Amino acid sequence: MTGNEEFPSRREFMKLLGPGLYFLFSVDAWVLGQRKQWDFGRSYPEDFNAYLRIAENGHVTCYSGKVEMGQGVTASLAQMLCEELEVPYHSVSMVLGDTKLCPWDPGTNGSRSIKYFGPALRAAGAEAREVLIQLAADHLKLPADRLVAKEGVIRDKTDRRKSVTYGSLAKGKTVELHLRKKPPLKASSSFKVCGKSLPRADFRDKVTGKALFAGDIRLPGMLYGKVLRPPVHGARLKSVDLSPAEEIKGARVLRDGDFIGVVHPLPDMAAKALARIRPEYELPRANVNDRTIYDLLLRTDVRDNEVEQKGDLGQGSRQATVKFEESYFTPYVAHAATETHSALAHVEDENATLWIGTQGPFGARGQIGGAIGMDPERIRVITPYLGGGYGGKTQVGQAVQAARLSKMAGCPVQVVWSREEEFFYDTFQPAAVVKIKSGLDASNRIVLWDYHVYFAGDRSSQNIYDVPNLRTLSRGSSFGGGGPHPFPTGAWRGPGSNTNIFARESQMDIMAAKAGMDPIEFRLKNLKDERMIRVVKAVAEKFGWTPAKTPSGRGFGMACLDYLGTYVAMIAAVRVDQTSGKIQAERIVQAIDMGPVINPEGARMQMESGIIMGLGYCLSEEIHFSGGEIEDLDFESYKTPRFSWIPKIETVLVENLDIDPSGCGEPPIVGMGAVMANALYDATGVRVCRLPLTPERIKAQLA
Amino acid sequence: MEQTIRFRLNNRPVSVTTDGDRALLWVLRTDLNLTGTKYGCGLGSCGVCTVLVDNEAVRSCRYPVKDVSGKEVVTIEGLSEEGTLHPLQKAFIQHEALQCGFCTPGMILEAFSLLRKNSSPSRAEIMESMDPHLCRCGSYPRIIDAIQTAAAELKGGTDHDGQ
Repeated sequence: MTGNEEFPSRREFMKLLGPGLYFLFSVDAWVLGQRKQWDFGRSYPEDFNAYLRIAENGHVTCYSGKVEMGQGVTASLAQMLCEELEVPYHSVSMVLGDTKLCPWDPGTNGSRSIKYFGPALRAAGAEAREVLIQLAADHLKLPADRLVAKEGVIRDKTDRRKSVTYGSLAKGKTVELHLRKKPPLKASSSFKVCGKSLPRADFRDKVTGKALFAGDIRLPGMLYGKVLRPPVHGARLKSVDLSPAEEIKGARVLRDGDFIGVVHPLPDMAAKALARIRPEYELPRANVNDRTIYDLLLRTDVRDNEVEQKGDLGQGSRQATVKFEESYFTPYVAHAATETHSALAHVEDENATLWIGTQGPFGARGQIGGAIGMDPERIRVITPYLGGGYGGKTQVGQAVQAARLSKMAGCPVQVVWSREEEFFYDTFQPAAVVKIKSGLDASNRIVLWDYHVYFAGDRSSQNIYDVPNLRTLSRGSSFGGGGPHPFPTGAWRGPGSNTNIFARESQMDIMAAKAGMDPIEFRLKNLKDERMIRVVKAVAEKFGWTPAKTPSGRGFGMACLDYLGTYVAMIAAVRVDQTSGKIQAERIVQAIDMGPVINPEGARMQMESGIIMGLGYCLSEEIHFSGGEIEDLDFESYKTPRFSWIPKIETVLVENLDIDPSGCGEPPIVGMGAVMANALYDATGVRVCRLPLTPERIKAQLA
Repeated sequence: MEQTIRFRLNNRPVSVTTDGDRALLWVLRTDLNLTGTKYGCGLGSCGVCTVLVDNEAVRSCRYPVKDVSGKEVVTIEGLSEEGTLHPLQKAFIQHEALQCGFCTPGMILEAFSLLRKNSSPSRAEIMESMDPHLCRCGSYPRIIDAIQTAAAELKGGTDHDGQ
């Protein structure tokens, strides 16, 4: 199925929105020209999947299925559009994630909004500008080549009094224009709007409390719902007495088989009523926990996927004068967004409308439709602001609960997960293992690289160094549940790469130490990619790096990486308390080459954000479990970074106008495991190959 | 136990009749329809639900509504006066000290409470006071800068106590 059939009332938005010029365009022309398939196995629809509307007052609105979850896409996409359309920044707004107004979109993830959607949007802006100039030529009765567009006005180049605004060209019209051409885009070097740190439209509402998240939406006659949760994944309900919940005034208990919920006019009273239900469950036998999971992953027999292969490993092994063999382990990690999963569902006989904090409003419709027996076409999903996503809000279990309760209750029902539910139902970053065999020749060149990743996925597993004999294998999927995982797993900011970079860049440091070389000199010696070399040198310069063998006692660690075309190099300076084993990051410097930077301050914010969030999975974040029982269900036991953890952070945007803009939401986080582990080694001589680097693990090795 | 609780909310008298043991958070968000105060954990360990009670930052998720009786409650909605942003709100925008914005109301109100007690806190003092607040987007360094900027503006004579 293409996306086309899923947008049946395709022209409905024009009726809804009123007169104006509608420019319909397609991301396909840009992305799917190369027949790029998305992770979810579907492409964008082919005729159009986004559009611009120029209203009679000249205001420009772009409708897209992307969502704003804090990453600043409202600003950066608007900038890319203004740049080519030649309109002022303040006259553009973005309408995102409303399935009735916006065409199908695969979801907001993978740092792709700027990289893939951006070029299509720029092209649309450029072509729309050309169309407007043509319309202006007719209106002014002048040849088009005498006209120029600027700030939303088209003027005669020779007689500036002859002019017409975009808005007046739209007056009284409802015109649908399809953009199909590939007009020439501005060179990055002549950007006027892109490359500036323009303010974000969402901030004022966010500092005054006006910004609405899914849990803030109110409808007349709505109720609040809570759904009974099993204590353990895989538990089966044996018996339950619902009467204690019904004793709470105003509570209604709703049941459909094992799906049991309570609705109440007050959310806290719904929770109180539900808590009175004492169900009995048959619990599955726990046969794996957070200590034994790695053995299980290694024993799970699924097919290896060959990611890359070069030269001959046997030859590499013979050439190597020193060989290394190491295993790396990364645990299940929670998304722990500050906003828990929230949704409001209004299910009526023929249609349903849901407000969901989701990264994939279009995908959500299918799941909800399946759960309530409704054609997904009849379901409208509206996406308010998200209180953080990080991959975790591609799952919409809370919306399915809200929809089922709404259908049963016959009124709108809102479900806001408790923090406990948030941890329990989370689709964790999967636990994973990497095994590496590598070798150096007598001149300290890497001649052997045999890399095997289990259950992290292959993203960033490709070697970036110049190695003649190498093989990279990836086993097991990183998404979905089943297999060895006792609970669902999914994409977590920088999926796969957090594990793969931790392993590769730790291994690099182990080899550098053995070779008696400075870790940066060792990397530069084995790198051929000039772009990467430039980024490594940029970070070393900013940090003020002086070469030294490790462990130098200074507590400096470095890593470099490529995340889907964005290049990152970073250095951490840490202090380790020898008695407690506690690491404190003191300074982290990161350099990134993401191509032309659309919004520099926005990019720096993503870099700081990645570094700080990354400290969590480096130092403390790990889900403890026994079978399907999740032991960490609150912030007291699952510790995420706080003010007191943060180091001094410096960011470097490495200028590169020779490539297209690429993403920066995820690349900043994925090197954190390695820089911290390498800095720990440099400080103490202790090598820890398992995240997180907890005081207990460090102390055990210091002893 | 159902009871009538009277207090001042964002400079206006209000009364609610409800079970006095209910958390202030849910009464604000539901009964009084002020959704700027957010739910984060329900245990007082993330700071997202922070409001001011008699100018003191408290976790509204753990604060029984009966305990605000006769007191002055300020939520994020009450901090700006007739569209004029409080210096803290301005500084948060200026330093881009937020991303998703979900923790922002709690951060701003905690900072407000801090600045009343200490008009020019050091970085270390800010970090200590703000440490109970989680920001998963990692805006911490910018929040510290924003608080220092707001402190400077507040000291500069534009006395604005947010009432």
